[in-house]
Amino acid sequence: MKFLAMIAVVLTGGLLIFHTGAFPDFGDANSPANTYLSPYYLENGQADTHAPNVVTSVLADYRGYDTMFETTVVFAAGLACFFLLRRKQKPGDTPRMYRHLPTGVTLHIKEGGTLPAEDSAVFRRLDSEFVPHQIIIKNTCRIVIPFIQIFALYVVAHGHYSPGGGFQGGVLLAASFILYAISHDLRRAIRRFPEKVAALFGSMGVLIYAGTGVLCLLFGANFLNYEALAPLLGVSPVMARSHGILIVEIGVAFAVMAVIIWIYYNLSSAGKHDEGL
Amino acid sequence: MTQHFPALLIIIPLLSALLVSAMGWIDRRWCFPLAVASLAGALAVSIGLAAHVMAAGPIVYKMAGWRPPIGIVYVIDYLNAPVLVVILAVALLNLISAKVWIEKDFEDKMGAYLGLYLLFLSGMVGIVATGDAFNLYVLLEIGSLTGYALIGLGKERAPLSSLNYLFMGTIGASFYLLGIGYIYIATGTLNMADIALLVPQLEGSGTLFLALIICMAGLFVKMALFPLHGWLPNAYSNAPSASAGLIAPLTTKVMIYAMVRVGLTVFTPAFTFARPLLSEAIVWLAIAAIVSGSLLALMQRRLSRMFTYIIVAEVGYMVGGFWLGNKAGVTGATLHIINDAAMTLTLFMAVSAIIWKLGSDKFEDLQGLFGKMPFTMIGFVIAALAVIGIPPTCGFFSKWYLITGGINAGQWGFVAALLFSSLVNAVLFFRIFEIAFFEPFAEGHGHHDHGPVFNEAPVTMVAPLLIAALSLIALGLYTGDIVTKLIQLALPAGIA
Amino acid sequence: MNDLLPLIADKYNYWIYIVLMMLGLYAMIGKNNLVKKIIGMNIFQTSIILFYVSIAYKKGGTLPIIMGDAHGGGHAAVHAADYINPLPHCLMLTAIVVSVATLGVALALAIKIYRQYGTLEEDDINHQIRMQAGQ
Repeated sequence: MKFLAMIAVVLTGGLLIFHTGAFPDFGDANSPANTYLSPYYLENGQADTHAPNVVTSVLADYRGYDTMFETTVVFAAGLACFFLLRRKQKPGDTPRMYRHLPTGVTLHIKEGGTLPAEDSAVFRRLDSEFVPHQIIIKNTCRIVIPFIQIFALYVVAHGHYSPGGGFQGGVLLAASFILYAISHDLRRAIRRFPEKVAALFGSMGVLIYAGTGVLCLLFGANFLNYEALAPLLGVSPVMARSHGILIVEIGVAFAVMAVIIWIYYNLSSAGKHDEGL
Repeated sequence: MTQHFPALLIIIPLLSALLVSAMGWIDRRWCFPLAVASLAGALAVSIGLAAHVMAAGPIVYKMAGWRPPIGIVYVIDYLNAPVLVVILAVALLNLISAKVWIEKDFEDKMGAYLGLYLLFLSGMVGIVATGDAFNLYVLLEIGSLTGYALIGLGKERAPLSSLNYLFMGTIGASFYLLGIGYIYIATGTLNMADIALLVPQLEGSGTLFLALIICMAGLFVKMALFPLHGWLPNAYSNAPSASAGLIAPLTTKVMIYAMVRVGLTVFTPAFTFARPLLSEAIVWLAIAAIVSGSLLALMQRRLSRMFTYIIVAEVGYMVGGFWLGNKAGVTGATLHIINDAAMTLTLFMAVSAIIWKLGSDKFEDLQGLFGKMPFTMIGFVIAALAVIGIPPTCGFFSKWYLITGGINAGQWGFVAALLFSSLVNAVLFFRIFEIAFFEPFAEGHGHHDHGPVFNEAPVTMVAPLLIAALSLIALGLYTGDIVTKLIQLALPAGIA
Repeated sequence: MNDLLPLIADKYNYWIYIVLMMLGLYAMIGKNNLVKKIIGMNIFQTSIILFYVSIAYKKGGTLPIIMGDAHGGGHAAVHAADYINPLPHCLMLTAIVVSVATLGVALALAIKIYRQYGTLEEDDINHQIRMQAGQ
């Protein structure tokens, strides 16, 4: 099998390498790819959409339809991970560890044993693998997380003018949450941002994107043609495109943030939402 | 509103997928009716579109209002209008038929399941409707990703089969993406019609030829053409019954549609069929697929597994027919996309009803089935006759075109393979009829003294099955109209 | 050999992507461990992203963010050759997201397989399946 794989791979690679001679040189500004279509975007992007960042205007406007499905792919992945992995557990199905705070004694409660109340002030749930109390890590993360989130919002909002946008900002937001879940524990993260909220935010984010498109449809223009929203937003058609880009980027950020967190919950706990990494 | 139909076609399943998956968290009872209603709505839209195309010609829908090479367009023409109707009809019938399965298997995950089901469908519809080569890739990935999940929660080996499918599917899709990159390097555009305009100027371009090969190789992996079919039988036969009836009829057929689209609309027939050696080689691969698929089907002892190998053979029919490169062959391949989707759907719905009642689809458990489940078996028999290719079912007519194409091209190997496969199919199905009809009356079955007891599947299963079975006959009777009013008009000039 | 060297030097981006692609493809087909296969899949997809991004590059080009008067007026003087091609970057954003999504689903399936068989080695899994079928 390995030998066969090697032959197949080398043949494919050889065929591709053999042909590179006919390709334009690296950095060639006169290749068809760089001269046929892309100058239009560069020369008219700002006039058409009022967004200096041409990648953003191509992404969210000229090829905004692709991007809607890109967001849908993320949502589908979240749904798929949930669908494949999630299993509901009743308390008492597996052994659990608790610490009795006044005495510092660690209790191991077997299957079927009596569990302390969920919000007990005396008993605190522990992960079944020993995790030392890391005061430096916890406090550093607590200080850093708000800054990450502010920066994420900046990245979302500033996608018109600098590299950034909904995907990048959404991932940063999700990363701040995952950092919280890693530095504290998964259960506390889930209490702050429950699974149901993540799932609904995911749907809602894509819905903001697709809904904007449908709104354009209702105003009589083509799907996702933000110009139609000009009367609603009270601006010129070009500015309406600019605002439309911002609206869909916000939808993307919502969806990406919620879904990445949701995927993390399911992957890190193998669907039990009990003990994470 | 008619001018917005191409957008509605995809918005309806997409929005309802979002709503249904959200409803799964709020009130689960709404999920199923919402999903059925949205599919029915999308089906109505697709029928409206087909009527519009037949009356007024192709429609180009500019997404976001940008003109074609700049933005993304949807193109509904004579080629994809009937395919869209079939895809949505298949999904709707299978969803109704799978109701009991979904309620049993995925009770607490119904929102997620139906959400994935509808997203899968929006991916398939999008692949068929799009006029942009890169957009096709994105939608391909939506369809595949949801497909892996729909398969992955099945019986015993399902996760492993699904992961193998994921690996192969990713290789296929990535090769397609690479091919699009090569097209982009050579032409600088991604719009299908625009590429087709530029192709004649690049007649001798090696890059474009390599792009054709890479794109086709990627699609061949996705459609499971022999010898790249390894993932298909496991993935489809281990899938949950509710998903098998959706994925088995649609995925391979939509990939074949993508091949036809890329071959005819993107590269133009003059370029695609310009190299006899390549066409000849692919037709021989198809012949190998037909023969090996048929022989492997003979060796199976389970209905669903047998059908998966029949699918492998049917893929060979369509790929071979298309690469014959003549009018009859391409017509037959396109017609067979529609017919085979309907036939496969009927077969898988019948199996799902049988498994629902018997708990198994092994041959030895099928005894006395004609007595127990007469209505299911009526549907099954019609589907079997269609697969074998007996008039007036639709299978006969597409096979007729394919064989005519083979004769016109002088490709006798293909003709022989088709006839051989029909013969094997006849053997396969009459063997099952024999078990299901005669065996309980044979000797040595003392406990069957009173004959089989009537024990039919629920009406939500039988009704869609019979509708699908009747549609097989209807498709057969209206073959002439489908061919002359749609498919013949879809073939670009340049196909002899 | 004299012809080959400039050929490689001018087009080294394609060589890098092809070598990466071969690595990834080999890992996907030849490796035994499912997680290694998943890693190979990621390398494979990344190589194609590299290919697209490298064809967007123009010598001397800069980020496709049009500097100038943001309130109209400035756009008349844009020279396309000064900026790199934005389209492949935009396409690859989609491809990156797709590859992340595929990775997520693949890992979910791998977790499910591990739960079922207690191993991620394909040999062991196939052995267990054969043992089950033999019983």
